[in-house]
Amino acid sequence: MSGGPSESDALVPISGLQHLMYCERQAALIHVERVWEEDAATVAGKLFHERVDRAGTERRRSGRVVRALPLRSERLGLVGQADAVEYHADASVPGGWRPFPVEYKRGRLKSERADRVQLCAQALCLEEMHGVAVPEGALFYGASHRRVSVRFDVALRQETEAAARRLAGFIQERWVPRAVFDARCPPCSLRARCLPEPVSQPGRAARHLARMLNLEEGE
Amino acid sequence: MSLQLNTLFVTTDGAYLRKDHETVVVRVEETTRVQVPLQHLASVVCFGRVGVSPELMSALAEAGVHVAFFSPTGRFLARVEGVPGGNVVLRRGQFRCADDAARTLELARAMVAGKVYNARQFLLHARRDAAEVRRQGLADAAEHLASSLRALGRAGTLDAVRGVEGNAAREYFAAFPLLVKREDEAFRFGGRSRRPPKDRINALLSFGYALLAQDCAGAAAGVGLDAAVGYLHEERPGRLSLALDLMEELRAAVVDRLVLSLVNRGQVGPGDFLEDAAGGWRMSDAARKTFLVAYQEAKQVEVQHEFLGQQVPWGRVPHLQALLLARVIRGDLEAYPPFRVR
Ligand code: SF4
Repeated sequence: MSGGPSESDALVPISGLQHLMYCERQAALIHVERVWEEDAATVAGKLFHERVDRAGTERRRSGRVVRALPLRSERLGLVGQADAVEYHADASVPGGWRPFPVEYKRGRLKSERADRVQLCAQALCLEEMHGVAVPEGALFYGASHRRVSVRFDVALRQETEAAARRLAGFIQERWVPRAVFDARCPPCSLRARCLPEPVSQPGRAARHLARMLNLEEGE
Repeated sequence: MSLQLNTLFVTTDGAYLRKDHETVVVRVEETTRVQVPLQHLASVVCFGRVGVSPELMSALAEAGVHVAFFSPTGRFLARVEGVPGGNVVLRRGQFRCADDAARTLELARAMVAGKVYNARQFLLHARRDAAEVRRQGLADAAEHLASSLRALGRAGTLDAVRGVEGNAAREYFAAFPLLVKREDEAFRFGGRSRRPPKDRINALLSFGYALLAQDCAGAAAGVGLDAAVGYLHEERPGRLSLALDLMEELRAAVVDRLVLSLVNRGQVGPGDFLEDAAGGWRMSDAARKTFLVAYQEAKQVEVQHEFLGQQVPWGRVPHLQALLLARVIRGDLEAYPPFRVR
């Protein structure tokens, strides 16, 4: 193979931004190496999303809701899907409807920052696709039935674009950052594949091997 | 036919496997012998004339269940795997490593270190409860292996590493008769022989290594490595070099130990083997069954994985070592840490 990655290889899945916000290595393991251990949590999450993701349009008094809407941004190389996009009546928008993304989160709130970045990425796609400003959206947390509205301000947009560029870089370079073992690792579903402890201690494997060659006792 | 630790062993000639809803049904002469849910399976291992329906084959491939076929004598024939994991990046790294003499040398050295170290541990353990007359011989062999390890540290080429391995293996198998406690002439061990195994113990060893190699091949494939591209073992058509590489450090502790315990405890007897006209020996169906059950039980015994600092069942060790090797190939670890037996 020669040359750079093909166009579709360089695309960044919006869901990957959440992983990136949690741990860069996790994002790279999933989106570069395609390691994915389905633990109970991710399976449950998938089932939940299957229910939410039934595509279609509903009409409500306040406007229409489109479910499982495919999203794309050429500028940022993002692709993904919105759980739901509400179209709010707004006379100041050409056509009269302003998109308002809503992302459903199963269970408890894990990292609101990661969720906001993911939602903002959806908004950036919607802006590019519809050619209208999308200033606001909402996160809906299943366990608490809490709906949190999110404003896409400059800081959040910058953070989101930076995350998208960073993940695109990993995917393009096929780069997986080294592990740093910290508090994020014990609950991480990729821990068994990532092996953060041995991998983050430089020289440990070489010492282990040298001890075997020299018949020294273990640690 | 038995289901052990998520592996379905089909040992009945003429058995046919097919899919029924989400289960595997094993039928022999129009009667259903076993029916197991697909979701509980990790692999299916077939011996002799065993058929698998195309529908089941694709369901197994999709579910990531390995299917392996062996001849009635336990010779590996084929393994069916689904679409390989999306891990092309890792595989390219694996091939690049194999093309890099310096990295190949270091990996091969580490693999031989694991093999020789663990073989020596095995002899030292055996020495503790060996009869007085055998102790010196075992101690001497262990000392030879210790000097092999020292030589290994100095080996500057792949050939030198392979040379050390060959010498160590000869020393080890020369001492092997000291581990057989049966006086019976039938269990005289005449040095390691393969294709065909020239005595009963060799027949047991060959069978055990074939099983372990399959487990290692499955482990390699499971982490996204290509089981055919190895470092210590030269690549040859049809050879699972990487599986053989991964197997080295586990041979003594897993297979040799099992073979000796079956023989020494009388779980297999002289009549459990068949000799063919050319002087090759193979196990009877009954003996193979005994072996398989013991092998699967051994895989459930927990051991300390020193490098990872966890207790793990033996059956998981090939997988963990394959995972560690993948980390070395990717550059996360600077050296391959072989599994070390206490
Ligand atoms: S185990 Fe730790 S370092 Fe590894 S992916 Fe998870 S959070 Fe990141």
